Amino acid sequence: MNMMNKNELGFADLLKNGQTLKQFRDGIIERTQASGCYNGIEKLEFRDSDPIGYEKLFSKLRGGLVHARETAKKIAASPIVEQEGELCFTLYNAVGDCVLTSTGIIIHVGTMGAAIKYMIENNWEANPGINPGDMFTNNDCSIGNVHPCDIATIVPIFWEGRLIGWVGGVTHVIDTGSVTPGSMSTGQTQRFGDGYMITCRKTGINDEPLRDWLHESQRSVRTPKYWILDEKTRIAGCHMIRELVEDVIRADGIEAYEKFAYEVIEEGRRGLMSRIKAMTLPGKYRKVSFVDVPYKHEDVQVSNAFAKLDSIMHSPCEMTIKPDGKWRLDFEGASRWGWHTFNAHQVAFTSGIWVMMCQTLVPTQRINDGAYYATEFRLPKGTWCNPDDRRTGHAYAWHFLVSGWAALWRGLGQSYFSRGYLEEVNAGNANTSNWLQGGGINQDGEIHAVNSFEASSCGTGACAVKDGLNHAAAIWNPEGDMGDIEIWEMAEPLLYLGRNVKANSGGYGKYRGGCGFETLRMVWNAQDWTMFFMGNGFMNSDWGLMGGYPSATGYRFEAHKTGLENRIAIGDSLPLGGDLDPSNPDYERHLDATATVKRDKQCITTEDCYANHDLYLNYLRGGPGFGDPIDREPKAIEGDLNQKFLLPEYAEKVYGAVFTQDAKGVFTVDAAKTQARRAVIRKERLARALPTREWMKEERERILNKHASIQVQHMFATSFALSEKFTQQFKDFWNLPADWLVREEELGVPSYGSKHRMDLSLLPDVTTVVQVEE
Amino acid sequence: MSTYTNEQVAHLVEGTLDWETTFRMLSMPKDHSRFEQYVAALQAKVGFKDKIVLPLGPHLYIVQSAKTKEWVTQCDCGHVFADYRENWKLHAAIYVRDTEEAMTEVYPKLMAPDTQWQVYREYYCPTCGTMHDVEAPTPWYPVIHDFEPDIEAFYKDWMGLPVPERA
Repeated sequence: MNMMNKNELGFADLLKNGQTLKQFRDGIIERTQASGCYNGIEKLEFRDSDPIGYEKLFSKLRGGLVHARETAKKIAASPIVEQEGELCFTLYNAVGDCVLTSTGIIIHVGTMGAAIKYMIENNWEANPGINPGDMFTNNDCSIGNVHPCDIATIVPIFWEGRLIGWVGGVTHVIDTGSVTPGSMSTGQTQRFGDGYMITCRKTGINDEPLRDWLHESQRSVRTPKYWILDEKTRIAGCHMIRELVEDVIRADGIEAYEKFAYEVIEEGRRGLMSRIKAMTLPGKYRKVSFVDVPYKHEDVQVSNAFAKLDSIMHSPCEMTIKPDGKWRLDFEGASRWGWHTFNAHQVAFTSGIWVMMCQTLVPTQRINDGAYYATEFRLPKGTWCNPDDRRTGHAYAWHFLVSGWAALWRGLGQSYFSRGYLEEVNAGNANTSNWLQGGGINQDGEIHAVNSFEASSCGTGACAVKDGLNHAAAIWNPEGDMGDIEIWEMAEPLLYLGRNVKANSGGYGKYRGGCGFETLRMVWNAQDWTMFFMGNGFMNSDWGLMGGYPSATGYRFEAHKTGLENRIAIGDSLPLGGDLDPSNPDYERHLDATATVKRDKQCITTEDCYANHDLYLNYLRGGPGFGDPIDREPKAIEGDLNQKFLLPEYAEKVYGAVFTQDAKGVFTVDAAKTQARRAVIRKERLARALPTREWMKEERERILNKHASIQVQHMFATSFALSEKFTQQFKDFWNLPADWLVREEELGVPSYGSKHRMDLSLLPDVTTVVQVEE
Repeated sequence: MSTYTNEQVAHLVEGTLDWETTFRMLSMPKDHSRFEQYVAALQAKVGFKDKIVLPLGPHLYIVQSAKTKEWVTQCDCGHVFADYRENWKLHAAIYVRDTEEAMTEVYPKLMAPDTQWQVYREYYCPTCGTMHDVEAPTPWYPVIHDFEPDIEAFYKDWMGLPVPERA
């Protein structure tokens, strides 16, 4: 007879206080709301009574987290983890609020916390149970993960039989077994093609991974060796941190540790408010950004007819800095989620934003959930940043996230500028793309997938006192690195024919954005190989600031049937180095006349076939510029010309530079003639301009006549459908008749999802965790 | 907390401050007195007599009109755009790059947006032709009112400074 064991359904009393985890968490939320301070902590008793003890505890824990990250990453074989540092470890208190985090992709300060909160709200303590030595794995994007390739291992921490916290470790894996290879693929349009999805599953007991998990997970992805070593990395880091916490408690006592684990969050909340007051300026800041989603093109091959349309992501942000130092980020008017892989969960937004803020507003080690509690987020339900449908794809949520945050850079940049902290101004970040991804049989004869993380070194935005950095960073990982050519050539069957600074990629300005770079890759020793492109092309998400231009948009170059095998054999000329001037392309001169070349702005494609000796240009974008370009120092322009950061034609047209070039090719800018030319440019500007209100009359006519591309109208239609406020503001601004409106159904494009949607919360026995105003 | 001399702040404004000091400014807690030093450095630089209330851009300010005490948004050259609460861009001169030809004046082929998706709106001072801003929205997008500072709270509550008189 099969006897059922009912024990696991009982009350676990993990906290040994008679409360369930949910009851305990509810109490914290209630005390926070009632007092305005985290957990009702109005006095920082520990910090104030024993500041040195408090700091020692902080340093031990933070140092241990960083140490665990640095040590554990050596276990990984994936260059994404081992070279680029795409991993992070975070310590949480019992309710999943972040106490401290390591360096790395600290977007995960809150994502693993969201998973813990999901387990709490859905009574994981009763079923499947939470015990010492357990491991839980999560990458579910509908409960807070950013994208499925960020795999989190979460380990509960017990002390004398009582749950006192959690530690989470996350790595960005190379492949998730999605429809197409690579960790952030584009071929799918829904969650169901996004790859292997794991919802807070118990995957280990007694510190050992379960065998069914090991077997299932490794065959669910294309790159099992990297997968298992990534898992070992996460487990090792989590266990190091659990031991660290035990050591700290042995040395300092459980009372001190637990007091710290809550007080430090309140300190973080106060810390953000004091930083806001110290660096910014109260008021309202309105910024906006966009991303092109060009899915109509024949090179985007997806399985759903309803995904085949061109659309635009719209991310308007009203940032209000209040006199008390709190701030509110309101995305009213944002466009709807779509049938692609760029949607983002609300927690990806509220958690991820700190990876950006730690590079500007809070450049401290004290990043925890305190900052979240000092921020009011409003992410309207149904938008791309808070989808209301459980089918949404998220494989490259970053594409929209970093673009949405570009607006925040400009808002903060304005506040720093007005206050005089010019050194802090940053015009924005690069659209961190292209993403070279693909797979097939690699040079070792194995099934393989690639995702080149060269994008972790794009150009940065210009500052108000200096140029942006060239090929330096990505917003999503402050410690990113472009990686060594030699390592990439081992990881990918793609030889380098060039790695150069990308001329004109940084936005022009008095201070220009940092230039991106470009690498020309030749397929070598692969079989059945595929690749695809992912980035911006038709639009730019990164505006300039205060008269500076946006950075350049992307474009794609790929070549097939190149004849390179024979050209190499006979010593003929080869395409080498950068694609210096795309207006006058040179690569094609070194390919056979029969070569098939794609050179256009279609920067989103799906898996296409590449033979050995085919070419792929990986162009990593630049950052936006600051200030009027005709204020740029002639010497700086000269430097750009001589280093091939700027094509001569644009030195003349944009900067008004007058220069000569000697026999050795060295440029010299004539300052006096440049000054005279700039006076003329001012007059030319005014000659071609109109008073804004005059131009508005023309634009209003175009709106009344609905004269705009379908993708532009589609963007407005989805925003109008979600926001009466945005619709009214739009109509008021343009003084439109009351009955004027654009609706999706009138555009002649598929409108699946515009009316009928189903949220995850409608599934039986599911309680979702809502952490924003919706 | 670090402090800086008026000369150093003036160099910062000019973009000629040495890297060592710039780096200190970046890495140390912020100097509360910067705003006053900054405004003083700018006031010494501009050609007009109106009092700078708040800098908005490299050549754009909210000023207190010397004649009327009204607060207005004003260019370096003295051109007055509008009352400081209004969107100054609505009173600027605008040039919209909405064709491929206009876009390739500023970026090489393929490196500028497709104007069916996105345009550049350049806002100039109608008097001196300084480019104060470049917007990069879709067609139809309203002219964005970027910034509405709470100047009173900033002066009184954050800086402990008297709010300049406003007519």
